[in-house]
Amino acid sequence: MQNLFNYISRKSPIHELTGATKLVCLLLWTFAVMITYDTRILIALPVIAFILFGISKIKLSDVKFMIGFTLVFMVLNNILVFLFSPEHGVGLYGTCHQLLPLWGGKYLTAEQLWYHLNLVLKYLSSIPVILLFVCTTQPSEFAASLNKIGVKYSVAYSVSLALRYIPDIQKEYNDISKAQQARGIEMSRKVSLVKRLKSASTILIPLIIMSMDKIETISNAMELRGFGKNKKRTWYMARPFTKRDILSMVFCALLLALSIWSNVSRGTRFWSPWM
Amino acid sequence: MIEFKNFGFKYNAQVDYTLRDINLKINPGEKVLIAGPSGCGKSTLIHCLNGLIPFALEGEREGTLKVDGKDTWDMSIFELSKKVGTVLQDQDSQFIGLTVAEDLAFALENDAVEEPELHDRVAEISEVVNINTHLLHSPQELSGGQKQRVSLGGVLIEDVDVLLFDEPLANLDPETGKKAIELIDEIHKKTGDTVIIVEHRLEDVLWRPVDRIILMEKGRITADTTPDELLSTEVLKRAGVREPLYVTALKYAGVEITPEMKASSLDTIILTDEQKQKVRDWFKAGPLAEKKSDEEEILTVRDLNFTYRSDRSDAEDHQALIDVDFDLYKGEMMAIVGRNGAGKSTFSKVVCGFEMPDTGTMIMDGMDLSTLSIKERADHIGYIMQNPNQMISKTMIFDEVAMGLRNRGGITEEKITERVNHTLQICGLWPFRNWPISALSYGQKKRVTIAAIMSMEPEIMILDEPTAGQDYRHYTEIMEFLKELNERGTTVVLITHDMHLMLEYAERSVVFSDGRIIACDTAANILTNDDIIKRASLKETSLYGLAKLCGIDEGQEFVSRFIRYERGNERHAEPL
Repeated sequence: MQNLFNYISRKSPIHELTGATKLVCLLLWTFAVMITYDTRILIALPVIAFILFGISKIKLSDVKFMIGFTLVFMVLNNILVFLFSPEHGVGLYGTCHQLLPLWGGKYLTAEQLWYHLNLVLKYLSSIPVILLFVCTTQPSEFAASLNKIGVKYSVAYSVSLALRYIPDIQKEYNDISKAQQARGIEMSRKVSLVKRLKSASTILIPLIIMSMDKIETISNAMELRGFGKNKKRTWYMARPFTKRDILSMVFCALLLALSIWSNVSRGTRFWSPWM
Repeated sequence: MIEFKNFGFKYNAQVDYTLRDINLKINPGEKVLIAGPSGCGKSTLIHCLNGLIPFALEGEREGTLKVDGKDTWDMSIFELSKKVGTVLQDQDSQFIGLTVAEDLAFALENDAVEEPELHDRVAEISEVVNINTHLLHSPQELSGGQKQRVSLGGVLIEDVDVLLFDEPLANLDPETGKKAIELIDEIHKKTGDTVIIVEHRLEDVLWRPVDRIILMEKGRITADTTPDELLSTEVLKRAGVREPLYVTALKYAGVEITPEMKASSLDTIILTDEQKQKVRDWFKAGPLAEKKSDEEEILTVRDLNFTYRSDRSDAEDHQALIDVDFDLYKGEMMAIVGRNGAGKSTFSKVVCGFEMPDTGTMIMDGMDLSTLSIKERADHIGYIMQNPNQMISKTMIFDEVAMGLRNRGGITEEKITERVNHTLQICGLWPFRNWPISALSYGQKKRVTIAAIMSMEPEIMILDEPTAGQDYRHYTEIMEFLKELNERGTTVVLITHDMHLMLEYAERSVVFSDGRIIACDTAANILTNDDIIKRASLKETSLYGLAKLCGIDEGQEFVSRFIRYERGNERHAEPL
């Protein structure tokens, strides 16, 4: 069974950073990636990201499912952009280098390919960092850090509870699905998608009922132990910031600043060799 | 001090009062057992004590309930939780934290206790409940007993005065259950807290002494007395709570139980020579066991190995079944026992095709099972999961029972109707055939899931913990029903923790331990074998202890005699 979200416990400098640091860094980093199309920055970021990935001792094989999933998404994204607007790049960069004729009088342009390169680089900049965050942050520390950056603790806690129960629900889903298959519900690729979706409902009903039962028990258990009593709560897993935490956040803040400066100073978010 | 005065409670959603005329005083430091059949109101009583009523579950009350002189209706659930700590029944869902340490710390976190006190208190409490070496483990990595230690620690950390245990033995194997009762006793002695245990497994709770037993029936208290006193009456039997087996055996032998005999434990019981003689006479008067002959195998499993493979590079694979050889005879009723994680459920999943074995052969009636898909195997082997809610996916009973047949295809709707109706009749569900499933009780839902599998007419039925969490009446009802099916020719395999079930209903029992089968014998022989008992976390039956006490050397024979006598005395439960 594949785990979607999974903390992987290893000893590394990245693991040692507090959850709040990693969350702040993740946010700064993704903003930096989001706002710019400056290819020079977008080449640097994946390089740094992959180095960080190496430092974290998380192996690619640990996260192959997530990587596969996002790569498929990336390819799909690119194809759709290309199909719907094959000369999008020309508009963005303001130059036009035609390479091959396409349909309807449109051309494959160097600008369009450059734009796709930038899209791919954006994915490559953000995927490793998101995975890094997910794999090196304990869910409970994640909740603590959400709370630290101002999210209400009840919201923060439900996020971590959800993460806590994902493996249980996966297991339950597996058991229920097998038991339903035994009663003739076909879930394999042999039948049509519509039929499979219909079959899925016979698994979802028991799954939902079981989950509702669980939720009731857990919320009672939490109330009985004083959850929601005060406006504030403390966190066993919360850790104080160290120098490393501050440095990491400063570094990510600088990246964001660089990204903003690149946009503002040149008056555009885009960069190409022809500009 | 806890004081109920003419107390009654009615849930908003219900017409009748669930609790009536409750007058009960529990003094500080007392250890009290509250027993009673399902639906007697004991859970409601607990909810009133811990504050879930009226804060989470609303309703009307009459009379008063005071804790330490204060009316609980005037307190908040948080204020009450400082005094009364609850250990819930389901250790899995009450485990809130992601690790042991966080779960222990949960109540303190909510009190906004700061560092370093938070860590110090967790360290301290983890030693009290002896879980200090597992602080950073996740719940999935703990055994049932360890989880219970954590739940207890999480409550103790608040310095409560009253500890409330809601069915602490449910879901635990016999050995772990015994340890849990010892732990509760230890904590009671150490802290001097008031301890209230709600449980219908009387004999197991009495493994350590309690001061009083409060018996509840239909929302009222019908007995409030010492265990010795209670066991000398017949009220338990009437209420549908099972008395300790040795007490039943003594009664069968014609020994009259009096409070002076101190019958609440085999360690304290005083039997005169005359009474012991009575037991010996009763033992000798019984017929010898008849041996069954010409058994024909229906399922043969050889050299079965199965490994759970981990998808992580550094996590270890776990071999759950090792060289399993297994024979199942046509028409028998067999129990599979062993502690949690010993391989019982994995074994049945592999047989049903839910998981693929690494190696091994499985032959059923000359068919090689490995060539069949899940669906094809299900035509011959039915698997019924523990919780009926895991299986039910239709809203109407008829559709649920017809689902397997409809999916099979090639059967006319007329034929299906005929077969489903027949199944419903056998299963005692005929009167409910047009009911929505949501209107049924837990026991009835269980019947629906059994019917849904039965309609497909498998030769073998495997049931995972068919009686877990059921009181004696429902237990008897479900088991007698299965016995009937068995007598109609279905081979039945029961995965269970329940030693009574194994003794009373299984002709043979297979014992799993760490992925291997370590024994296959009659329950009477297994439950009197120290070595197997220890390796599989089972519990020696108290009948064996009674036999020893009365100078009977043939312990196994005594146990079988008891079971045959019981079976002769069949108590057919009325259907719901």
